[in-house]
Amino acid sequence: MSEENQVEEQPTPLILQKLEANHADALLAHDETRGTVVVVVRKEQAYAVLEYLKTDPELAYAFLVDVTAVDNSQMESELMQFDYARFMVVYQLYSYQGQCRARVKVPVHENDLNIPSVTRLWQGANWLERETYDMFGIHFEGHPDLRRILMPDDFDGHPLRKDYPLRGHGERERFNFDKQNA
Amino acid sequence: MQGGLERATGEKMVLNFGPQHPATHGTLRIVLELDGESVLKAIPHAGYLHTGFEKLGEHLDYNQYIVVTDRMNYLSPLSNNFGYVLAVEQLLDIEVTKRCQYIRILMAELSRLADHLLWLGTAALDLGAFSVFLYSFREREKLYSIFEKTTGARLTTSYTRVGGVLRDLYDGCVEDVRQFVTNFPKALKETHTLLTKNRIWMDRTKGVGAISADDAISYGLTGPCLRATGVAHDIRKAEPYSSYDEVTFDVPVGTNGDAYDRYLVRMEEMIQSCGIVTQVLDNMPDGSVNLEDNKITMPNKSDAYGHIEGLIHHFKIVMDGHGVQPPIGEHYCATESPNGELGFYIVSDGSGTAYRIRIRPPSFLHFQALPHMLEGGMVSDTVAVLGSLNVIAGELDR
Repeated sequence: MSEENQVEEQPTPLILQKLEANHADALLAHDETRGTVVVVVRKEQAYAVLEYLKTDPELAYAFLVDVTAVDNSQMESELMQFDYARFMVVYQLYSYQGQCRARVKVPVHENDLNIPSVTRLWQGANWLERETYDMFGIHFEGHPDLRRILMPDDFDGHPLRKDYPLRGHGERERFNFDKQNA
Repeated sequence: MQGGLERATGEKMVLNFGPQHPATHGTLRIVLELDGESVLKAIPHAGYLHTGFEKLGEHLDYNQYIVVTDRMNYLSPLSNNFGYVLAVEQLLDIEVTKRCQYIRILMAELSRLADHLLWLGTAALDLGAFSVFLYSFREREKLYSIFEKTTGARLTTSYTRVGGVLRDLYDGCVEDVRQFVTNFPKALKETHTLLTKNRIWMDRTKGVGAISADDAISYGLTGPCLRATGVAHDIRKAEPYSSYDEVTFDVPVGTNGDAYDRYLVRMEEMIQSCGIVTQVLDNMPDGSVNLEDNKITMPNKSDAYGHIEGLIHHFKIVMDGHGVQPPIGEHYCATESPNGELGFYIVSDGSGTAYRIRIRPPSFLHFQALPHMLEGGMVSDTVAVLGSLNVIAGELDR
């Protein structure tokens, strides 16, 4: 972080203290931006960390705000950071008790797109993970119903990946209407 | 709600509710598995209105994207405009002028009123109360006139800009709004007399689609749907943004988390919004609505046409790769939209276009919880529950 913060010597947030005490081996990096603690967590321990954040009585991040992913394949600086992990799955958490937010990021390599599902912890994760699967092709292991949600079932590709063009490719060929006109 | 299963006959029937149905208010679909009149299983389907807003965000610059936010929750576009630019401004580490903050609150609260009014009218219409629809649309029309005069459009408002708003309030706006908030509580009372103690309305909504506070949190419900379960959480209070800490208001909560409580919470929220609007009008600061920063906001037209510096600034703002460029980083910003937590997660690679924009829509998670509220109930309650959730297809599918 910047030098200003080091001069002020802000106390370490509780979530970081507790994670460093209990899940130190899972943490790859951490940061605090604009009041939100951001932790990057190893994929193998991601479920354990999220479960801990949810169930620990002092932290109580009971509300899973959002699950999404970022395709870093066109962002060299990010890609370099975690051993060329192409995707970053992002969980936004909120604690009603502490009224604070946290962001958990999990690097996912392109050659192994599996990541444990958190549907057992939060029922709301179901559709959020389905959307992430639909848009990025991340495979959530243990998800009860991992189908596409926004795109049609027979759709090829994952539209929010950076190698997917803005105007799509190939969809129009399936319409007979276009073929007749051509 | 209870007894639905007891009357079951054992013969199952699959009913396709939507995507074109008068009560869905948008293209969404629920596949209901029925036994007689009781719902055994409900499977919601989304995606009929998917437009790729998140993908578009990676190709439009920060100010261009504002027009896309209009189309998310099309009942309260001003709230979406507000939430989006707030996220960009926080990413840029800038704070807009006091007057601008107040104008944005004013517009956000008026659009909350418009959103709740439309919800009220259509939810009541679905259950057969036609006059409520006419009463609420009469009031909503007054608000839309104000929006039209302020922003130039009724629906596609695109009112906010990064670092400010499109233009200052029009002459006489304060009087128009003041007149509206003075008369509105009286008008809302008419609806109260029509519905709140109405036998039919209570029978159709009380105990219907109930959800407990724990389940609501687990499902990620926010806004009026969460508050109806008794959780007094409002982002405007918990994480005050844009001068919300300078106005006082109450956060209404329900107890049972059913359709009736969601109705009561929304009704009270409208009154609270009126209170916020009055306070904003009383304390409206003078000064500029736009940030005086030539790298963020457009110069005046007279400057752009009359001075070479103005022309250069104008040029730099609108040219590709010269305009608003947040530093490399990421930010998640949540605002309390009429439906609940509307979040924008923006990842910036330092260029004029976002690297990734994620919209966290409240309706998406509300629609997901629908089976939980429907299963075991009656088929006629589907309309009541769906109406009470206020699922907006534009925001659901993005």
